[in-house]
Amino acid sequence: MASNKRVGIICASVVFGMVGLAYASVPLYALFCQVTGYGGTPSRADDNPKGVIAREMTVRFDSNVDHSLQWTVTPAATITDKIGAVDTVNYVATNHSDKPMTGMAVFNVSPERAGYYFNKIECFCFTEQTLQPGETVEMPIVFFVDPDLAENKDLNTIKEITLSYTFYASDNEGS
Amino acid sequence: MATTTHLEAHATGHDAASHDAHTPTGWRRWVYSTNHKDIGVMYLIFAIIAGILGGLLSGAMRLELQEPGIQIFHGLAAMAYGMDPAGGEALDAGKHMYNVFTTAHALIMIFFMVMPATMGGFANYFAPLMIGAPDTAFPRINNIAFWLLPPAFILLLMSMFFEGPAGALGTGGGWTIYPPLSTSGQPGPAMDFAILSLHVAGISSILGSINLITTIFNMRAPGMTLHKMPLFAWSVLVTAFLLLLALPVLAGGITMLLTDRNFGTTFFAPEGGGDPVLFQHLFWFFGHPEVYIMILPGFGIISHIVSTFSRKPIFGYMAMAYAMVAIGFVGFVVWAHHMYTTGLSLDVQRYFVAATMVIAVPTGVKIFSWIATMWGGSITFRTPMLWAIGFIFLFTVGGVTGVVLANAGADRALHDTYYVVAHFHYVLSLGAVFSIFAGWYYWYPKMFGYMYSEFLGKVHFWTMFIGVNLVFFPQHFLGLAGMPRRYIDYPDAFALWNRVSSIGYYITFLSMLIFFYAMWEAARKKRPAGDNPWGEGATTLEWTLSSPPPFHQFSTLPKIDSTNAH
Repeated sequence: MASNKRVGIICASVVFGMVGLAYASVPLYALFCQVTGYGGTPSRADDNPKGVIAREMTVRFDSNVDHSLQWTVTPAATITDKIGAVDTVNYVATNHSDKPMTGMAVFNVSPERAGYYFNKIECFCFTEQTLQPGETVEMPIVFFVDPDLAENKDLNTIKEITLSYTFYASDNEGS
Repeated sequence: MATTTHLEAHATGHDAASHDAHTPTGWRRWVYSTNHKDIGVMYLIFAIIAGILGGLLSGAMRLELQEPGIQIFHGLAAMAYGMDPAGGEALDAGKHMYNVFTTAHALIMIFFMVMPATMGGFANYFAPLMIGAPDTAFPRINNIAFWLLPPAFILLLMSMFFEGPAGALGTGGGWTIYPPLSTSGQPGPAMDFAILSLHVAGISSILGSINLITTIFNMRAPGMTLHKMPLFAWSVLVTAFLLLLALPVLAGGITMLLTDRNFGTTFFAPEGGGDPVLFQHLFWFFGHPEVYIMILPGFGIISHIVSTFSRKPIFGYMAMAYAMVAIGFVGFVVWAHHMYTTGLSLDVQRYFVAATMVIAVPTGVKIFSWIATMWGGSITFRTPMLWAIGFIFLFTVGGVTGVVLANAGADRALHDTYYVVAHFHYVLSLGAVFSIFAGWYYWYPKMFGYMYSEFLGKVHFWTMFIGVNLVFFPQHFLGLAGMPRRYIDYPDAFALWNRVSSIGYYITFLSMLIFFYAMWEAARKKRPAGDNPWGEGATTLEWTLSSPPPFHQFSTLPKIDSTNAH
């Protein structure tokens, strides 16, 4: 009978262990996405130490705004430059509501495989943005595409990368 | 060693005798039951009731899909909500109701029909008998495990009557309950009821699994080593481990869903840094082993039936046992083949294609071993044997389409079409259900002591065999032609095979009426079955007992020697 209890307890701890693993998968998954660029998660960098190569890349910009946030956000114009060149572009956001609103942006890159090579040096998305009623601001992004991209054969045919932002009202700010 | 065994046997014998003095009667026998056989029978009755409900839901779907356009659901919605049936409002409510029906059909059939029938009913009843155990290791946990199921089922049924999306009743998010449709798409409490139902059903299954694992590890009769254990007990052991490892992940995932919905967490909400695709990973890490949970006990049942009615020991016993272990193991590392269209990189897709195809190997070992068991055997085509052969045929068809779908390239075209619906119904609705009916007809005389009418059993088989094939075979054509699943309506081009499929449903429905008549007839005629109605081919321990077995069996533990293995 003592042995029954032992097997039962071992089984129960397996169950609790698996619940724990399910929860552990949340930070592990986020970490995994950051490290590998899985799902189009872009990387962060301070500068580009690797230089510029001849191949050109077109970067398109996209913006979406959740219905809870009464902003319009105009994406930056499409830009074509040599891979490795550091570029600065601006998004323009306007608050159309009659109260200050704080927004936050989530972002990813398409094609997803290119996420790993897309580096942002500076981005408004790193912090929350508060806009006064009627206020319009320019939001800069400083980025470059890692020249190592040229060595990834899966991305041989890629001529365009799209960076997309979706803006949400940050906590308790939604209408 | 021998002395201990003797002492244990003596102690158990004494125990059983003292229990017999106050065998519970009336409602106490069932509600308070700690007897594995009574609990097994309750599970089977529960599964039959849930199966009727789940089957009726699919009937409403087939009625609707019989012709293009929307025929019945706007009327049903009008009745449920008191709307004008001609209005656009009723049409919208009807479309949602169709989704509610598909969701409920799937959840009921998986969690409240197949799992209670195989891992609840047959496993509880026959695994202890086959290994020569007097009962299960934790009889009271067994009781709790069963009695958690009715509340879980009631929670699921209640969810159909609470608000899901604004102004509509029930949750229509599909059995996969992907966010954001299951979070921001269904803000009402219906989804919460469904989630809690899955929690309770999951706890029930986990408790049942712990009980069965402990029973099989600790309570085998003297001489019954793991490698002499009947294949059904093996299948139960492997399935119980799958449940133990997979269900907690589902529980974790749906708990995150619940807190995302109600308490402001953002596990799956991108605005808070979460990722909806993570839910799909968690869900399918459970969901894929779940399909093996549903089919593995069936593998065990079929092995015994094929061996019994071929009058031969099962071909390749060790390969059969370890094929199940292999299927269980590999089943945990193939989950993302349900997610080829979520943007996995090509290398990840390559891995999941290859790993998925590997499963065809142990499955092939099983199919060929069943055929090799029949080869040269003296086969009698009694009712259970018909169901078993039907199972092998249908499961193989479903397995072959599974290999097709395993290819990421082909899946790109077939994802979420009726081809997938046809595939998983061939392995589950036809495969698992046929194995359940096979087990039912095989063990019915043992469980109830009476013999059913062989004629009615065979009529049931043939009607159902024709019916379900008519339902699901044409769905391959629909899927290849591009008909997506989970829609209430379709273009006229799909009309022909949808009509055939609906006619198949009516034939299947008729076969169920025949089944219930056959059961009523058997209960009324009371033909005594005898201890072993199947003859010398039936070699497992349950056939050495009376039919039905005594309330407490094996008061002296049976001794297994090398001659009467599996």
